[in-house]
Amino acid sequence: MTDDVPALIGHLFRHQAGRLTSWLVRVLGPARFDLAEDAVQFAMVQALRTWPFHGVPVRPDAWLAQVARNRALELVRSARSSDARAMAAIEAQPPHVDPDAGALHGEVRDESLALVFACCHPIVPHASRVALTLNVVGGFGAAEIARALLAEPGAVAQRLVRAKRLLAEREVCFEVPGGVELRERLDAVLEVVYLVFNEGYEASRGDAWIREDLVAEALRLVELVVADEALATPKAHALAALLYLLAARLPGRLGEEGTILLLEEQDRARWDRRAIARGMRHLERAARGDELSTYHVQASIAAEHAAAPSFEDTDWPRIVGLYDELALVDPSPVVALNRAVAIAMADGAAAGLTAVERIGATGELRAYVPRLAVEGELLRRLGCYAEAAARFARAASLPCSDPQRRFLEARRDECTARAPDDRAD
Amino acid sequence: MSKFILLLHEDPATFAGMSPEEMQRIVGVYRAWKESLIAKGKLHGAHKLKDEGGKRLSRQSDRLSVADGPYAEAKDVLGGLFVIEAATYDDAVGIASECPHLRYGEIELREVDEYQPPAR
Repeated sequence: MTDDVPALIGHLFRHQAGRLTSWLVRVLGPARFDLAEDAVQFAMVQALRTWPFHGVPVRPDAWLAQVARNRALELVRSARSSDARAMAAIEAQPPHVDPDAGALHGEVRDESLALVFACCHPIVPHASRVALTLNVVGGFGAAEIARALLAEPGAVAQRLVRAKRLLAEREVCFEVPGGVELRERLDAVLEVVYLVFNEGYEASRGDAWIREDLVAEALRLVELVVADEALATPKAHALAALLYLLAARLPGRLGEEGTILLLEEQDRARWDRRAIARGMRHLERAARGDELSTYHVQASIAAEHAAAPSFEDTDWPRIVGLYDELALVDPSPVVALNRAVAIAMADGAAAGLTAVERIGATGELRAYVPRLAVEGELLRRLGCYAEAAARFARAASLPCSDPQRRFLEARRDECTARAPDDRAD
Repeated sequence: MSKFILLLHEDPATFAGMSPEEMQRIVGVYRAWKESLIAKGKLHGAHKLKDEGGKRLSRQSDRLSVADGPYAEAKDVLGGLFVIEAATYDDAVGIASECPHLRYGEIELREVDEYQPPAR
């Protein structure tokens, strides 16, 4: 052991926590979910208590695996109903070693996938699936998940405990389902991956590093799915395409001092070309079939933006058409709002504003920051500065992230300054 | 320059709520802390103590008593120790205050009393 090894790579602990848990659950059976988690947590704590003195081992992943395995054996042995079969099962396991940390090798991949499917199992309440997946597969702690989802840490912890108890009590099989069950279960998995990504991408709240981690985690999960032949359906590829095409824009989205740049303000040279290329490849493969999911349409929209040389030279009429399609596949106020933005670009700000007004403003959407921001922006373009300023001011008074608030306040101040004096109320 | 010993006490229960990410971050901070000490030639030793097998010895009149303990389940466990070099107690406190151990435990700092011939 030496201190000369480079610092621990990436999120070794987090990723290893997910892998080791799935491995132990598979070996010990779902009823011993608790025990598997305890053994993994023990290994991490031992690393924290040992490595400061001895240095980080040359193979930290193997070290953690070995300690977790030994601990699991110890726990099984000391359990009241000492189970000879479980003991034999775990003794038969070679220490679980991933030859290239970070690479996805067959077995590890299968185990992680099995765990993802368990977390998205129909018996797990819908609202708990994202948190459970982040915790069990992603290795995020309850407090981190709470910060990311803007929830109470205690409530998240409780939800996790309940969900895990359900998995253990019902002895949910930790395996990728087959046959008729597969399609439905896969849909649930894709949805959770999509939600994890959105939590990270929307940037509406939470700490920056957690948001980046969520985006990375979603990409990792979708890669796991499409790398599996049985799971790489057109819909899964469509989701992968969407996530890569959106993630490609992240480097261009934040300006100096962390301000948020609108699509039109972004320096497209900063977009991640490799991510775009990957997204496009997935989109191609998504087209092999007759399925048209919300991910297909959303990815097509993202692809239009990625392919456009500039904001002005974007094929806006085509994007309006895609939003029309999306409104059929997946109708929601958010889609309608985005459609209005596209209409404003294709047919002018006035047409866009009419489209926004047509969405109607039921309670929830009236106090919706993006809607107020869009209205403000369109009014600003139409030269109605006082009205625009009022919209931005209202939006900035609602809960949103710091960069978002800075953006809204800057717009508010600009419009206030340009508004005629007689309307400066 | 004097030698100081950092005795690292911890309450095992504090680890329960830590996430893998937090633990990895602390390991990283530890590494940086140690490397800067090594670079300055100020680290003389780092010793992790085994959790199990500790003994307490005592002799009462002629009877030797050897008791097991402390146990890892105790509230206060001496996890390990570092031997560092510092000019004064204040310097040593400065070094110890940067030690990531303080995020989850206490540090007992003691100066080694090196042999010096009695003053004349």
